[in-house]
Amino acid sequence: MTAKSLFEKVWDAHVVEPEGADKPAVLYIDLHLVHEVTSPQAFSELDARGLKVRRPDRTFATLDHSIPTLAPDADGNRPYVTAQAKKQVETLEANAANNGLRLFGYDAENRGVVHVIGPEMGLTQPGYTVVCGDSHTSTHGAFGCIAFGIGTSEVGHVLATQCLAQRKPKTMRITVDGKLQPGVTGKDVALTVIATLGFSGGTGYALEYAGDVIRELDMEGRMTVCNLSIEAGARCGMIAPDQKTIDWLRGRQYVPQGEAYDEAAKGWLALASDEGAVFDKEIRIDGSTIEPMATWGTSPDQGAAIVRGVPVAGNEDQERALKYMGFTGGEAREVEKVDVVFIGSCTNGRMADLRAAAAIMKGRKVAPGVRALVVPGSEWVRIEAEKEGLHEIFLEAGAEWRLPGCSMCIAMNGDFVLPGQLAVSTSNRNFEGRQGPGSRTVLASPATAAASAVAGHVADPRQFMALEEA
Amino acid sequence: MSNQEPIHSFSSRILVLPEANIDTDQIIPARFLTTTTKVGLGKVAFNDWRYNADGSDKPHILNQIDPTEHRVLVGGNNFGCGSSREHAPWALMDYGFQAVISTEIADIFKSNCLKNGLLPVVVSKEVHDKLLANPQQRVTIDLQQNALTLEDGTVITFEVEAFARQCLLEGVDAMGWLLKRLPDIEKFEQSHGKAA
Ligand code: SF4
Repeated sequence: MTAKSLFEKVWDAHVVEPEGADKPAVLYIDLHLVHEVTSPQAFSELDARGLKVRRPDRTFATLDHSIPTLAPDADGNRPYVTAQAKKQVETLEANAANNGLRLFGYDAENRGVVHVIGPEMGLTQPGYTVVCGDSHTSTHGAFGCIAFGIGTSEVGHVLATQCLAQRKPKTMRITVDGKLQPGVTGKDVALTVIATLGFSGGTGYALEYAGDVIRELDMEGRMTVCNLSIEAGARCGMIAPDQKTIDWLRGRQYVPQGEAYDEAAKGWLALASDEGAVFDKEIRIDGSTIEPMATWGTSPDQGAAIVRGVPVAGNEDQERALKYMGFTGGEAREVEKVDVVFIGSCTNGRMADLRAAAAIMKGRKVAPGVRALVVPGSEWVRIEAEKEGLHEIFLEAGAEWRLPGCSMCIAMNGDFVLPGQLAVSTSNRNFEGRQGPGSRTVLASPATAAASAVAGHVADPRQFMALEEA
Repeated sequence: MSNQEPIHSFSSRILVLPEANIDTDQIIPARFLTTTTKVGLGKVAFNDWRYNADGSDKPHILNQIDPTEHRVLVGGNNFGCGSSREHAPWALMDYGFQAVISTEIADIFKSNCLKNGLLPVVVSKEVHDKLLANPQQRVTIDLQQNALTLEDGTVITFEVEAFARQCLLEGVDAMGWLLKRLPDIEKFEQSHGKAA
């Protein structure tokens, strides 16, 4: 028997019809997550053809992208950014009702950002194929899933048939060896991987992350790493399930319970790449050299260790990026005065992320003139955080504590960064204007974002951690 | 909406946007994604490049040309990265583009383009340089021959995934193609413990 990679095992188990020279494979999809922004036209397509959602039991919807993160008023009216945003939410509510889908709406205890709630509820399970009309679907790969973002036409295909026409991507293994230094997080690993691969270095590949550093990361850190795979252009990113995966998922709402769980877990552990599995490309990164990272440009691969300062432009693209960011190149990060700090999103909006940010903000104040926004990734995260009193730490520090949603990550719900303002964000994209027209974004970990909020400039979080240890 | 108009061959002048890494947030900013239809997005294509905050025009080339004359968009290196929003090809097509050329075109964007009949054409750096050097030129794109002809007569063949090409040439509908496989899909569900 030939040695197979994790990706190949999961792929092969979902091929309904193999690919040929003139036709793609028909790939079965186990879990389809749906949100309000990329689904309306897909449901319209089904309506036009007189079709209904074929497998409502494998299709779950949530509200996250365009919903307000401020509480409703006394009459229950939500502060939508526009009437159109409200209509979009109502459209999904109607489409879900009409097709018998489970929608985690405002009244659900599990509403939240689609890639936060999937794993949280155990909808995401090892060995699954997972799709969603959102490019950061790669997040679910942390559980050993083939998980990728699709466009609205394909959302329609999955709603109608539970399948997609797909070509098999190439495979790349990224091994991060060694041991992380204290204060270095999954986000720093991810930003290092993207900086190494480059903006399109992963195009056409399914990534597998391996090595001691990946094994040592908690599930939240692994989700952050997989989440950012798309920022190197990769189709998806995966990590083999291990005991951590199994412990993390045990007892969650949608996973098998009791003995059935142990039985399933055996199969999940067998998904790991066989020894001798061949990858189309292999990359090794020495994890012990990774330091807290921050982006300095307008694409997620334009990042560097904070202590190294802003690099000098090496080509025209970098020059253009630095100019947009208002940096000259060669300066220390401390000169970058911060206007906004955003802690949240499907990249870093989970409990571990909020704890890391709170550990730095505790007993400190957000610097004068900085607006800090903390947005939990889901209702569950919000409730847990409030039980632990994290919201009080944020509020006492002078940050805002919001209701769950994508918020400033995509800036389409009314939460946005003003023109020219500099934001340190735990989200995933620093494109020009991503967080609002003219906004400038520095991507970093929750610890770095919190440290920057307190310092008032882009700051290495270790200075605050060292203080605590002393 | 179910069947695409077949595409065979057309000629047009190009429009060059030389910036590298043009992402889908540039093509259509997220705040315009609250729509529930596909229509009318051309007016917000590259919105923040074309308009000031008060809605007045910026002096951008996209505001100055006649879109019916420039149906081929040539972008800088690595076009269409970022979000999976299919609104990006919808906006480009509604503006008037029928093809996009770059040295690299991001996966999801490419797939979204092909589903809508916006032809993604990946060319070598050399050919890309030729296009950028003469941004006024007229090119011919022939999908039947997989050929791109530049104004100086250079003919380049480009690749389009075989099935997507067939869909475009013959107006085959990808959802219909999958729907025809429902009996096999059901069998697969039965034999793989995935039945409802
Ligand atoms: S948090 Fe950002 S990246 Fe994640 S699903 Fe929402 S908009 Fe997409």
